[in-house]
Amino acid sequence: MMLEVENLNVHYGAIHALKGVSFHLEEGEIVALIGANGAGKSTTLNTISRLNKPTAGDIRYRGVSIVETPPQDIVTKGIVQVPEGRRIFPKMTVVENLEMGAYIFSDRQRIEADIEMVFGKFPRLRERRKQLGGTLSGGEQQMLAIARGLMARPQLLLLDEPSMGLAPIIVEQIFDIISEINQQGTSILLVEQNAQMALSIADRGYVFETGKIVLEGDAGDLLEDPMVKEAYLGGG
Amino acid sequence: MEALRKKFSLTLPQNSIRIIRIIAALLLLALIIVRAMDVAAKSQFGADTWLRLSVSGLIIGGMYALIAIGYTLVYGILFMINFAHGEVMMIGTFGGYFVFEAFNAIQVSGADGNQLSFLNAYPVIAILLAFLAGMTIAALSGLFLEKFAYRPLRGAPRLVPLISAIGASIFLQNAGQLLFGPQRRQYINPVVLDRGIGWNLEVAGSTVVLTYTGIFSLILSAILMVGLYLLVQRTKLGRAMRAVAQDKKTAALMGINVDQIISRTFVISGALAGAAGVMWGIHNGLFNYYVGFLPGIKAFTAAVLGGIGNIPGAMLGGMFLGIVESVGPAVLGIDFQLKDVLAFTILILVLIFRPSGILGEALTEEKV
Repeated sequence: MMLEVENLNVHYGAIHALKGVSFHLEEGEIVALIGANGAGKSTTLNTISRLNKPTAGDIRYRGVSIVETPPQDIVTKGIVQVPEGRRIFPKMTVVENLEMGAYIFSDRQRIEADIEMVFGKFPRLRERRKQLGGTLSGGEQQMLAIARGLMARPQLLLLDEPSMGLAPIIVEQIFDIISEINQQGTSILLVEQNAQMALSIADRGYVFETGKIVLEGDAGDLLEDPMVKEAYLGGG
Repeated sequence: MEALRKKFSLTLPQNSIRIIRIIAALLLLALIIVRAMDVAAKSQFGADTWLRLSVSGLIIGGMYALIAIGYTLVYGILFMINFAHGEVMMIGTFGGYFVFEAFNAIQVSGADGNQLSFLNAYPVIAILLAFLAGMTIAALSGLFLEKFAYRPLRGAPRLVPLISAIGASIFLQNAGQLLFGPQRRQYINPVVLDRGIGWNLEVAGSTVVLTYTGIFSLILSAILMVGLYLLVQRTKLGRAMRAVAQDKKTAALMGINVDQIISRTFVISGALAGAAGVMWGIHNGLFNYYVGFLPGIKAFTAAVLGGIGNIPGAMLGGMFLGIVESVGPAVLGIDFQLKDVLAFTILILVLIFRPSGILGEALTEEKV
């Protein structure tokens, strides 16, 4: 098993944000975490990346607990997060942003080759290579954020709301690319409010509600589930 | 009640505040120009004096700039003013001083068989080691400052580390006084860098001395500034520093050890302040535990003037403040002892009229 989250509890001060969340992800899977805003999906990703410390529970990556691992070492282990809201470095160029993604590596030639590789995936970024990150459009920023994540050569990619604020046609492009990345061997944990989109490319899914998982199953079954339809797919 | 308040509105609309501010700035500028022309008409000073003042302004400005970079680097990353930074410079001044003292005490035989102090037999080595010692010890004090005074307060409201910084400043001043005594000490320079001598220039029938210590300091500060700029722009550490300054959370997601980068920022800031401290000693001679206080606040002014958080701004602000402080009293025909008043007047004016500084961008909510 690639990732195992067991009875995860997170508090923000007095707020109990995650109340015993357990789920897992197999090697090569796309797993979607869906649910309303504030249900604890992003908190889960940030706790895996160790930006938050859990108050109880365990996270195991390939059988080894990583709850005590500092955030920079999580990245070195191959778990890379593409954060919510893109979070491009606004005052760095596209190329500099990509180089930040490859911060854990020092082999210049390999970094250059990886930049070429992501430019192959995102030709728009090649056109904008010298442009400052803050001047890109929302869709371009999302592509840059994913490309920057790929620069760290992830084995497990954590994607937080990649569809947020984007036009439907761009969302579709982004999700095609996510499937492609997965087919090339990267496992993906996908957090989305756009449940329809997320479940359409995922293998399995978990439904979050106020800090707990209330439903889990194969993506196809969840898409047909009356409760999911009612709550997240815009009615029956 | 609501209607009444609307009728007798005490708050001016945003636009008229701006207009009033611009008018006030123009009036002030006109006043300065009239005053300067008035003084110039009396032609109290010749070209030699102006040159002398400008050069000494540049020299001091270089030191201000080096210290100001430290304020700006730390502010850029932690959004706090490290008010103990002047004391870091003071520690650097002492570091260089003791190296010169030690080398002055060692006697060696020179090439012609005369007894010489090590200081004068190998001045280049002595100067190098003095800077190395001053910069290292200042860098270490910056490192410890961050570790003990600021890191435990990470995540606290922004006023809290600021108060800690003021406390650290008072602590370091008193520690300096206890360790080294309150008396003024004098830097013993190698003979090649004797104070007061230098290249003589004939200007307007008078001799202007370009002191060796001054020119040396100016060149060294320029080299250090270029070096820092390259470090920030071209190296991996510099890129990581910029990333942490722009967005700490995302920087951590890139695999950057944010705490380590913050530590290194304090080390770099401290080293630059230490270099400025040794220059201060070499160029000005007299100093004691209190030496860092005024340059510290002046450099803070320079950093604000250039746009806090902006590195070229800090360099520019430092040079500008040095020159204004030196040339300003002569231009305005006021006493030279008022140069400090001039510097702080600039601080107040910048804070009123352009709080973001010369090169600074508009401050965002997050950074204010």
